[in-house]
Amino acid sequence: MWDYTDKVKDHFLKPRNVGELKDANAVGETGSLNCGDALRLYLKVNENERIVDASFMTFGCASAVASSSALTEIIKGMTLTEAAKLTNEDISDYLGGLPKEKMHCSVMGQAALKKAIANYRGVQILEKPGQVVCECFDVTDLEITDAVKKNGLKTTEDVTNYLKAGGGCGKCLDRIEELIESVNA
Amino acid sequence: MKIVYTDNNATTKVADEVIQEMLPYFGELYGNPSSMHTFGDQTAKKIKEARQRVADLINADPEEIVFTSCGTESDNSAVYSAINTYPDKKHIITSNVEHPAINNLFKLLKRTKGYRVTFVPVDKKGLLNLDVLYKSLSDETALVSLMWANNETGVLFPIKEIAQKIRGKGILLHTDAVQAAGKVLVDVKASGVDMLSLSGHKIHAPKGVGVLYIKKGIKFSPFFIGGHQEKGRRGGTENAASIIGLGKAAELAKAHLPVMETKVRELRDYLQNQLLEKILSCSVNGDLERRLPNTLSIGFDAVEGESILLMLDREGICASSGSACTSGSLDPSHVLMAMEVPFKSAHGSIRFSLSHYNTREEMDHIITALVPVIERLRAMSPFWKDGKLV
Repeated sequence: MWDYTDKVKDHFLKPRNVGELKDANAVGETGSLNCGDALRLYLKVNENERIVDASFMTFGCASAVASSSALTEIIKGMTLTEAAKLTNEDISDYLGGLPKEKMHCSVMGQAALKKAIANYRGVQILEKPGQVVCECFDVTDLEITDAVKKNGLKTTEDVTNYLKAGGGCGKCLDRIEELIESVNA
Repeated sequence: MKIVYTDNNATTKVADEVIQEMLPYFGELYGNPSSMHTFGDQTAKKIKEARQRVADLINADPEEIVFTSCGTESDNSAVYSAINTYPDKKHIITSNVEHPAINNLFKLLKRTKGYRVTFVPVDKKGLLNLDVLYKSLSDETALVSLMWANNETGVLFPIKEIAQKIRGKGILLHTDAVQAAGKVLVDVKASGVDMLSLSGHKIHAPKGVGVLYIKKGIKFSPFFIGGHQEKGRRGGTENAASIIGLGKAAELAKAHLPVMETKVRELRDYLQNQLLEKILSCSVNGDLERRLPNTLSIGFDAVEGESILLMLDREGICASSGSACTSGSLDPSHVLMAMEVPFKSAHGSIRFSLSHYNTREEMDHIITALVPVIERLRAMSPFWKDGKLV
């Protein structure tokens, strides 16, 4: 069984802010049915660009639900500028940490938030820069090198835990290995 | 909280009768069965009895039974022995839904020893593609290893029919019968397999003891090199208490086979039919007929397995999932993927595996608990709206 903190269990069993937010004016979605987890984040942003309410709908494991719940609690009351600085580690820290195999759940929260902010501002999120390395989970080389740098990842397993990349068919594992080496060289 | 244990394909309760049988051999009767004194010989006699009991369960001769430490050791021993028997043959065959003890070993042999490996596919019901299997047989083939019953879905492979096709071709046939023994009739003579693996803890014996059946006349090269134990086929002082426990468990399993076919099958069917009736958008994984009587793998659309399990856990219900998030990898189980179970229900698949200890009341408890759990998770799923998948 996963070694979840009490806070993760609490947010899983009693998730905060679940459901569609009727008067939301921004929505961000990430993940898919195929991946095994997905999050739709709803924001209500006031004229001062402050998040006055947030809610979520999540398909996924306990830590995906808990990360989504934590995300909505963290960002309520923040301005969009503040929220844009939120990292996946902030979500994980709020929950007292996540098992390393589950870090991608917090990454999913951060990604949905980014998309919701872009949605509010009417910005189209452009095609991701870089080249897609993991086709199963649509992860680019730039995302991988970025995650390796920021989180000091050492192995392909670490990369999979953070980004899911390489966790599907596994065909891209050699390429991920090369990218890790290029960063750590 | 009362525990409702429906995870018997993972492990089973050690039967009270088995514990009683073992206790003296943890305590006062600690003699080494190989010793030249009456004290040790008491253990040897009891191991002999256990060997006979295990042989009776699968219709083998006692000399054909080798005790090992687990199903995985039995599988590994069988495969390595086969490839040592035919060092010049560089082709081995298995299915793509095997237990990791075979699946990962075959992948390793492919990667490191240059073996050509055929992973025979299954269809959407989990049934083996026999055409592919038979067409892949060649003079180069050393071994065919196929499971008797699948651990996740309970689907049965037609081992007897396969053995008939392989006979006389100079190819060894091994079967991993870890999930089948004690649940359906396993008869080594009628089926005609060369080697067969069993595990103690799946049939109400303790963990840490297994069996490899080796047909008389089959050349065997041992995996554990050591003393003369098990007639030189598996070195190492016998795990006496566990072997004696396994003997008792085998005797009980044989007696319980009719119970599996009646009471256990009825309970499983009751659980299955009630869930299908009470919960929308769910489906059974695996062929409904050619399946173990105790196993139900059922997928719920738009929800994820780990979440279901953790909520069931709060109600004292033990089950398991083929879902990624419980196993540490990210894709749903290789078994469900090989069967092309759609992602929408593969991620939300739960396995209930029963034993003769389960009751109708326990099935009702599961049904009562599971209905609101699925409703709750669907209420928060972005893929579920107005009573259907979106």
